[in-house]
Amino acid sequence: MRRIAAKLFNPKSDRAGSDPRRSRRWWKRVALDKSAHYTMRLLTMATVGLVPLIAGALLWRAWPILATHRLTSLLFSQAWHPLRGEFGFLPFIMGTLWVTTVAMLLAVPPSLLTAIYLAEYAPVRVQRLANPVIDLLAGIPSVVYGVWGVLVIVPLVGNQILPFVSRHLGALALFRTDNPTGFGVLAGGAVLAVMIFPLIIAVAQDLIRAVPQGLREASLSLGATRWQTVKHVVLRRARAGVVAAVVLGCSRALGETMAVLMVVGNVPQIPRSIFDAAYPLPALIANNYGEMMSVPLYDAALLGSALVLLLVVLGFNVASRLAVMRLVGTN
Amino acid sequence: MKQHRRRRLEERFFLVLMVFSTVTVLGSLFLILYTIIRRGMPALSVDMLTKVPKGGYYLGKEGGILNAIVGSLYLAGGGTLIALVLSLPIALYLHSHARHSRVVHVTRLALDVLWGVPSIVYGAFGFIILLALGMRASLLGGIIALALLELPIMTRGMDEAIAMIPDALKEASYALGATHLETAVKVILRQSAPALLTAVLLAFGRGIGDAASVLFTAGYTDRLPDSLLSPAASLPLAIFFQLGTPFPAVQQRAYASALVLTVIVLALSIAARYFAKRLTRNVVK
Repeated sequence: MRRIAAKLFNPKSDRAGSDPRRSRRWWKRVALDKSAHYTMRLLTMATVGLVPLIAGALLWRAWPILATHRLTSLLFSQAWHPLRGEFGFLPFIMGTLWVTTVAMLLAVPPSLLTAIYLAEYAPVRVQRLANPVIDLLAGIPSVVYGVWGVLVIVPLVGNQILPFVSRHLGALALFRTDNPTGFGVLAGGAVLAVMIFPLIIAVAQDLIRAVPQGLREASLSLGATRWQTVKHVVLRRARAGVVAAVVLGCSRALGETMAVLMVVGNVPQIPRSIFDAAYPLPALIANNYGEMMSVPLYDAALLGSALVLLLVVLGFNVASRLAVMRLVGTN
Repeated sequence: MKQHRRRRLEERFFLVLMVFSTVTVLGSLFLILYTIIRRGMPALSVDMLTKVPKGGYYLGKEGGILNAIVGSLYLAGGGTLIALVLSLPIALYLHSHARHSRVVHVTRLALDVLWGVPSIVYGAFGFIILLALGMRASLLGGIIALALLELPIMTRGMDEAIAMIPDALKEASYALGATHLETAVKVILRQSAPALLTAVLLAFGRGIGDAASVLFTAGYTDRLPDSLLSPAASLPLAIFFQLGTPFPAVQQRAYASALVLTVIVLALSIAARYFAKRLTRNVVK
């Protein structure tokens, strides 16, 4: 108690305490202020500790499987037979990578072009209209994206794109499949792409806007066209920011669960073509929460995969945030 | 001359491409809304909104999704309340004495990272907490998971709201002899109230729409939640489960439920924007 008191009031102000001008009310106010300050500081510190706490808790629950299985066999084995105690995560890791790659290929070009358009070309009226709409797009729950995927994207892939592509490009392994349903990597990637549009657009737009106006004016005054200015000056200056936006979108795509789960087919295999069904890691975790307590080591395996997911996303996030911070610092 | 033509062609080409991309992005939102309304509207009925599932509901018998609507409001409401109690002091701290210190820097980074953590990981973490406490999936578990999910969203929103307040206002308050706490409550909170409300509403919208985090922690039940320790249904999971049944009549209800959820979330989002604009009467600029 005394130590707390000593911390709250340093000796200098203690002497002030004997000062008759310092009323009782003054002491009360200061005490209240100090205790609020320390409470706030405690909460803030706790937030910083939350990330390691989550990682630690996952590691704790995943430990049984890490202790009994070699890490290489967990990560690179295809054998997924929880009942026989075989946990090879390769099909799920590959599923995640396939879906995320397709999503990024579909999402990055239109998002960046939209961000450049809104930041550099669009009249103010268009910006005022477009940005709130993009924000609304960001707010739609992932389950609704999933429903939309099932209603629109999956039939589109199954009935239109798949027959067309396999007729014309069927010779390529990338487009060959025995899964005619439309549920698969392409559908998952397409839904994910729409989901990460708003994120990439918002971050890229902010960082493109942060490029000093003087640079643009210098370029334009040398006779460059607007697109040349964008290409050679603005994008060069905002390069780190564009990368950061893409990486952030990628990390969102890696962890997205429900929407992907609903359209990706969920077959534990390594996809060979964009029409094959896949089974990404988050979908695996979400789909098996019911049974996981009844099979030995199953819960450890699933929470272990949550840990892997967390660490990958964490790495992507920190890298991108640091890039943004450095960029904002230089401008 | 030839080069000149090529430059103009390139300029045109990319402009067309950019406009096309923007229209695609904006169009995808309208396509989603159109699909959900078009397929959800016919299946929507008063029964859907006012009844809980009766026996055989998931086979196509009668009932509604009141359990999920109420459950979702409880879950997101509780989560938002806890997140609010935690994030307000944190946001204020980020703008108090320690404004440029290392702690503040690290906290912002931590919040951004937490924002990026997938909701399924929050679900798994909440599940571990429940296991450690010896509890089952329950309303309380879901509330905890959602509070964690909403915390970074709300705190960062408030952080940005408070950052908009001119320093001179705070300095004037300090100069009058107010303590940090008094300035925070009487000046900062008052000045940023509309923007703080926006942050709260946005976090609520994120919470009510999230499925992966409540999947492990809140469970699912056909009854209305009656205590913190009993399981609670939620709208996103109601959509997910109904869509997963093989019966077209039940799948129709999933579309209707998706419409309900979308309307709630969009209304929150629009309300948030409205408050950010309108409630600025007492705000000194």
